[in-house]
This record gives sequence, C-alpha cells and structure tokens, in this order.
Amino acid sequence: MERYTLGILVNNQPGVLSRVVGLFSRRGYNIDSLSVGETEDPKVSRITIVVTGDRPIVEQIEKQVAKLIDVITVVELTLQGSIQCELLLVKVTTSGKTRAAVVELSEIFKAKIMDVTETTLTMQITGNMDKVASFLHLLRPYGITELVRTGMTAMERGSQAMVNHRDED
Amino acid sequence: MKLNGAEIIIACLKEQGVDTVFGFPGGAVLNIYDALYKHRDSIRHILTSHEQGAAHAADGYARSTGKVGVVFATSGPGATNLVTGLATAYMDSIPVVAITGNVTTQLLGKDSFQEVDISGITMPITKHNYIVKDVAQLAAVIRNAFKIAREGRPGPVLIDIPKDVTASLAEYEAVKIDSYVPSEVAKQSALEKTIKLIGESHKPMLYVGGGVIRSAAQQELAEFIEKIDSPMGVSLMGNGSIDAMHPRFTGMIGMHGTRVSNIAVSNCDLLVVIGARFSDRVVSKASAFAKKARIVHIDVDPAEINKNISTYHHVIGDVKVILGKLNSMITMPMVHGPWMEQIAKWKAEYPVKIAGETRRPSEILKALSRVMPEDAILVTEVGQHQMWAAQFYRHTPGRRFLTSGGLGTMGYGTGAAIGAQVGSRGKRVVNVAGDGSFRMNCNELATISRYRLPVVVLVMNNHTLGMVRQWQTLFYDERYSETTLDTEINWVALAQAYGVKGMRLGIDDDPEAILTAALSLNGPVVIDCEIPLDNKVYPMVAPGASIEDMIEEEIN
Repeated sequence: MERYTLGILVNNQPGVLSRVVGLFSRRGYNIDSLSVGETEDPKVSRITIVVTGDRPIVEQIEKQVAKLIDVITVVELTLQGSIQCELLLVKVTTSGKTRAAVVELSEIFKAKIMDVTETTLTMQITGNMDKVASFLHLLRPYGITELVRTGMTAMERGSQAMVNHRDED
Repeated sequence: MKLNGAEIIIACLKEQGVDTVFGFPGGAVLNIYDALYKHRDSIRHILTSHEQGAAHAADGYARSTGKVGVVFATSGPGATNLVTGLATAYMDSIPVVAITGNVTTQLLGKDSFQEVDISGITMPITKHNYIVKDVAQLAAVIRNAFKIAREGRPGPVLIDIPKDVTASLAEYEAVKIDSYVPSEVAKQSALEKTIKLIGESHKPMLYVGGGVIRSAAQQELAEFIEKIDSPMGVSLMGNGSIDAMHPRFTGMIGMHGTRVSNIAVSNCDLLVVIGARFSDRVVSKASAFAKKARIVHIDVDPAEINKNISTYHHVIGDVKVILGKLNSMITMPMVHGPWMEQIAKWKAEYPVKIAGETRRPSEILKALSRVMPEDAILVTEVGQHQMWAAQFYRHTPGRRFLTSGGLGTMGYGTGAAIGAQVGSRGKRVVNVAGDGSFRMNCNELATISRYRLPVVVLVMNNHTLGMVRQWQTLFYDERYSETTLDTEINWVALAQAYGVKGMRLGIDDDPEAILTAALSLNGPVVIDCEIPLDNKVYPMVAPGASIEDMIEEEIN
C-alpha cells in the first residue's frame, strides 16, 4: 500500500465535488486528504486527492474518475515530479517557560506566529508531508490544543500545465 | 423564437427523433404535460400505472430498438419511483433519458411538498445527471443528455427541471442532430498484438457480452469466430449475439453456465473477451478464472480493463469497429482442429441436462422457441425462469432478449415488455415471468390493456420464490424462510379484471398448443403456467467456487 496524489481538473459546476467524492466512497476507496479550489480559468476547478492503495486500485480510481462527465483530466502527481504542500494552523499550549522553545521551533520550521495568548501560541506552517509531520511531532509534547489543515495540494514541476495532458489510452 | 421551458423540452425531443415517451404526470410536470398535449400528434405518451413501470418501459424500448428511451416523472415520489428502473438501466448500460419535474427554484432546498433531491439520489446510478435552474441552459442540457446516454458505453441520464423553469421563456433555435458515430478508435498496435496473440494460441475461447448486441456486431462476430476457429460462450447479456444453435456456441459461462463453457474457459490458452465486464456471476472465484489463459479484453469502456480480472492485453473501442478491423487483418484463417474436437467431445458429454427435474421448464421454453416468430422479443423477470429462458430458449442474433442482468430486478419484465411492444408494434413480445416477480409490478396489466398491447405474459408458477428457495434447499438445510407463496391467487381472474385474457397451462397440458393459441389471439394474454415446486436451475456454481466446480442435477 502506497500513497498516491491525484490532480483532477473538473468543470466548475454545482455538485461536481460530490460526484468525485461520492465515487470514492461507493467504490470503497479511502481519501487521505482532499483540497479543492478554482483555477486560472473560473470555469474550471482543481481537486487534489491523496489516496492510499495498491497500484491496480489507484489505476482503477483514475479510470473511474476520468469517466465522470464533469472531469476534464486526471493526472497522477509523483513525489519527485511535483511540488506538494499543505497549510496547517496549529494552536499549542504554552506557558512562560515553554513559549520560547516553541517560538524557536517555529523559526526552525519557518512557521508563522499568527496569534499569542497567555496560555497558547497559534502558528501557520506550509510544507510537504514530511516537514509538517516532523513539526507536529516536535510540538506534541507541549500539548496541541487545536489543529486544522487544508489538505495536500500539488502541482507538476516543469513547464507543462496539467490541462495539456492527454489520456495515453 | 421564444418558447417556454416545457415547449423547449418537447422541441428538443423532436430534434432527437423521439416519438414515444413513457411516464406519469403530476404537479411539477404540469407544464411539460401541457406542452405534450399540444404536440400529442407527434409525440406519443404511454401512461403507465406506476413510474417504475415507465422507467422499465423506457429501458425495454431502448434495449429492443437501439434508440434512447425517454421517461417523464413528477417531483418527489414520482422521481424516486424511477430509481430502480434507472439503476437497472445503469447496470446493463442502457441509454435512457429521464426528465423529472421539481418544485420551483425558490422552493428548492426547503423540504417543500413533493420535493426530493433526485439528482443527488441518482448520482451513483446514472451515467450523468443535471438540475437545470436556468431556462437558457435547457436546450443545451437536453442535447448533451442524449449524447451522453448513447455514446461510448451507453447509460441513463436524468434531467431534473424545476417547475418555474418549464414556464419561463428562452430563445430556442432548432439544431440538427447528427447520427451517432463511434468515436473511440482502437490503436493499430493494439489490434496487431491481438492478432499475434490469437496466432500463438492453440486453444482459443471467446467470452462475449452485451457490448456485441449494443453495437450490433453480430455479423462481425460470426465472421471472427470462423476466421480464428474458436468456440464461444456468453454472459447472460451476451444472449442474442449468436444463434444458440450455432455449432461454435457453447452456451453461457459462469454460475448457471454450461459445463462445456466453464471447462473451456478454464482450459483455454487464450480467452478473448468482447463487450463484457467480468461480472461476478460469470467469474465466480476470480483467482481460478481462466487461469491457464492469456486474457485479451476488447471493450468500449477503459475503466473495465483490469477492474475485476487483470488481463494480458486490451483493446479499447467500439467492438463492431474492432471486430471488423480484426477480420480484415486476418488474411489466413486459423485452424485449431484438436481443440475444436475436444470442445465437441465435451459438448456431447455434458449437455445441459434436461432429464429429470428441470424437464418441464425446458419443455415449455423449447415449445415457446418453436412457436415464436424469429424476430420475436423475449423479456424476462428475475429468478429461476430467467435462467431457464437464458438456457433453453433458442436465442437468435438481434435485440431480442431483454433481461435485467446486472441489477437483477424482479418486476422488470412487465414494464420492459410494454416498452418493447410499443417500440416494435409488428413484433411478438412475450414476458416470461415467475409468480414472485410478476406480482411485483402486475399493476402494469392496466397499461397493457389500455393500449391493447398484444403482450403475452407467461407466468411460470411454482408458488414460491424459486431461486431463493433453491439456495435455501442447497445451502440453508431446507429452511424455507418467507419464500413460500401459498396465497391462492387466481391469475386468470386477475388478468380478466384488467381486461386481459387469462389462460391456464396445466402441468400435463401441451405447452405448444396453448402457447400457439395464446399468440394467435393477437392481444394481451396472461398464462398461468403451473410448474413443479422444486425444479432447480442446473448446472450451478456454488458462490465463491471455481466455475469448473459445478453442482449437477441429481438424475431421478
């Protein structure tokens, strides 16, 4: 079982997200992460989905998604061939004693401090899965009060745009 | 010219060449039915007893004619009543366009009277669906819906239209609709590799499905099996791809397949799968399926490749086009003498046993084969009678066998028979039913009667839900939980109550004589056809077993 990232361009129509997500749930594919938003063309939205599965299952997912009428194209984005990142907001419990250590961590990870109270520190961090995971790992001992993440978003490296991909088969 | 939404719907249906619509009116479709009233000379509406019957009728119309079936229903319960019919069409890839009314756009999302989110409900059981909130989009949506329904792998499309949209005005300009040309072009290299694999095979076998019927590739198929010197079996949906008496035909593959088909699939070195999707009813135990063979899959839908069974090679495209190309590429006919002799031996050794228990159903269906004109359409419900109809009726090439294969919808047959008869007035249509299935939608006798459709319903009556009982006998120690239908129903009187002729075919009667008499009436008939309680469908593959391990009938 491995993680795969799929970039999906869809017509910006009402209900299109529910078509894509509904397909995953009814065929029993698990979504690890999902993000969606408008693209450079307001008529087109882009969904990034991270799934865990075997190679044949992921190929089947791609084909089933590609069959949806409102889906323009589906491309698998590899870890090497793409830029992948997500944004997190995390609220950590701090006291006078621990605040400095947490601030130091945030500097190492280039996290931004967004809000400070007497008892908490709220930070924003962007990055790939590994960076985010190790940041959270190091924060955990201080006590994470609240955590929210946007889901992974990804774009291919190089000069090509995804919209120009053509189905190979 | 400016038209209101309802007029645009009718105009767009005419663009598509639609002259028949099945449906049931209601509050949210009043405007549409009002427009239909004005255009009743060019579009005929068939009023069913229930929307489910209308959906099955549109499906039966589409299956038998190859055209897109159209069904209308009102919002709320009207729309939800279509669900089983749409799911049936979806599973068997049947082109149907369903048009539902909904509450006005201002009332949407407020739990209004007779409001339901039918596009949400039908998302998993339609190829695509729409809700049209702007009348300016309506014509484009309808044209797209028809295109989607019939192109590639066909399927049902639903268009939900709020009532105010059917009343508001928009500019309408007629468009000429091109006839459908398959756009999926198979790659030359994929075709060449197929020829190479066939050339390397000593023991080829074909597994043919409904795709051949959908693309009317029967002639190309017949030429292909001659050229490559191969036997062929079918899925349930593949009945109608070849004459059942063809010497190369080995019968169905799978759970109720023939022993020779299942042995051939298990022992071939090349399995060419054409327009089929490796349903679990064919494959049974996936790890044991065709394990000695390279599998070549030819299908219009790329998502079917490697879905249930991983294949050695595949070709994507319209099967008629592909088979035509393959035929022209095979210049030297191939010969597989020893393999064909082996098939002939198995065929002689393992006929579908008709001695003993299943004699009566097979006698009745064989008699029906003899009395039916060749172009007649056979419809079934779901259960034992369906399998007997698949096994014992002499299927001929064409769109002549209408059965709910994927969804297995009991109650499908009566509506589908109505659709088939409306679509082909000159042809004979017989619905082979079971007493369990027929009671599900026998309300449609009112429709058969209203339009004087000469449909014959042959109710194979064993006073039980026979297929479920068969499983209870074989796998549940004869605990017949809720399968006995011992309420005395007078089917003849029921038919008469609807103004339909009722007849009886007793256990000792000559089926040929009674079926001939029924068909000669040229009007609607219900035949209460008594069959023994414990007739079974054999041979049978137990669930989860390899298709080589078949349960045979105990000969008595």
